[in-house]
Amino acid sequence: MSAVASLVGRIDAVVIGASAGGVEALLKLLPALSATLSVPLFIVLHLPRDRPSLLADIFMRKCAVPVREARDKELVSPGTVYFAPPDYHLLIDEGPQLCLSADELVHYSRPSIDVLFESAAEIYGPRLLGIILTGANQDGAEGLAAVHAAGGITIVQQPHTAQVKQMVVSALDRNPASFVLDLAGISALLHTLDRE
Amino acid sequence: MDAEIERSSAAGGKSSEIEYRLLIEAIYQMYHYDFRGYAAASLKRRLRTAMLHFECQTLSQIQDRVLNEAGFFSSLLNLMTVPVSEMFRDPGYFRALREQVLPHLRTYPSLKIWVAGCSTGEEVYSLAILLREEGLLERALIYATDINPHTLEKAEAGVYDVDRIAAFTDNHQRSGARSSLSDYYVAAYGRAVFDKSLRRRIVFSDHSLATDSVFAEVQLVSCRNVLIYFNRDLQDRAVRLFREALCRKGFLGIGSKESLRFSTEADAFDAFVQGEQIYQRRDSA
Repeated sequence: MSAVASLVGRIDAVVIGASAGGVEALLKLLPALSATLSVPLFIVLHLPRDRPSLLADIFMRKCAVPVREARDKELVSPGTVYFAPPDYHLLIDEGPQLCLSADELVHYSRPSIDVLFESAAEIYGPRLLGIILTGANQDGAEGLAAVHAAGGITIVQQPHTAQVKQMVVSALDRNPASFVLDLAGISALLHTLDRE
Repeated sequence: MDAEIERSSAAGGKSSEIEYRLLIEAIYQMYHYDFRGYAAASLKRRLRTAMLHFECQTLSQIQDRVLNEAGFFSSLLNLMTVPVSEMFRDPGYFRALREQVLPHLRTYPSLKIWVAGCSTGEEVYSLAILLREEGLLERALIYATDINPHTLEKAEAGVYDVDRIAAFTDNHQRSGARSSLSDYYVAAYGRAVFDKSLRRRIVFSDHSLATDSVFAEVQLVSCRNVLIYFNRDLQDRAVRLFREALCRKGFLGIGSKESLRFSTEADAFDAFVQGEQIYQRRDSA
């Protein structure tokens, strides 16, 4: 892990994807974020499409950083956590700004992790960190490959520590060069994005 | 100089950005479809799908076929304007129209509604059914517009796969239905054909929010999940058209995650049903 020991100044944004077991995993990661976090975090967590999401509300109360549901055409603020809203894809566009889409499902999912990661890779290129967490779906494997192809850093949660393995196993099969970390390791890594 | 040339050609991101802009410009000059104000992130994703579909390696190859191959652009257009909709999508929106907007619209002797970006027509038929249930369809006229002639044809036909009907029916019931959706279609050979009498009060027409102007005065504009595909300038243009088309105190419904918050036209509207993104044009605007 020494190759990516400190990321501040090297990374401009983080994308995170998760599905089954994702809330529990994020409860370990997000409340531990420091108020001095220097970059934005964009998160796709698969959820039922027909219900309003409470994610932003839940995490806002537990986090030292601002947590919001992503709004279309909003300019990205550093040090902020954005959740994709249910039933919309979240993309990153020039600006950088947030962009929502109601395009077809990808891997039975909207929002889709691939859609977020691929668009973010196009905007942030090598200055993007992509993280795939627990889940029961293949979504995210292609997106992580796009992060890698653009020169970004890819992290996959250690499979035996994931509540549901399929998503991390698919991501690792497709991206064998990814760094593999448990949640404590990922949390420590995110702290290297704190302003000094 | 040589080093700079090498560096530039190695920067794949930069060349694909140039190719994207050239393609959009070529489409505009050749066919007058104006995608220049579209949100690039979404459109680029659709174009990547098109590259796979047409087995093109680059957007330049797509551009070559747009310019030189008869009929190619209309196939490409279908992939650039992916229709994704369902009947009574977001039932709460239709319930709010039924319970809070229609009581106002009922006071007009004749009623005009504009569904902008109607795609394959699911929302148009939803509104027609809603109006029939509320006894208003016979004095209503619905303008249903889209930029894609192919999807307009589909909308006009009013034929949907039967396997989508269960979801439509569930949405319809949750919108406060006063009838059964099955009253409005006949199912045969895996398809549901919607009642032609609904269509008598609908005018389908080609219209671009990017290049065309207002064509009628209406009391309600419904334009959902269209603005998210536009950049802020084009969003402003579209909302300005809606403001100009709406009578005083007319209503504008947009998608559940769309907002007039960033719009230059925001001052012309008041929130009417919060949470369902239904606005009312101000008296003075």
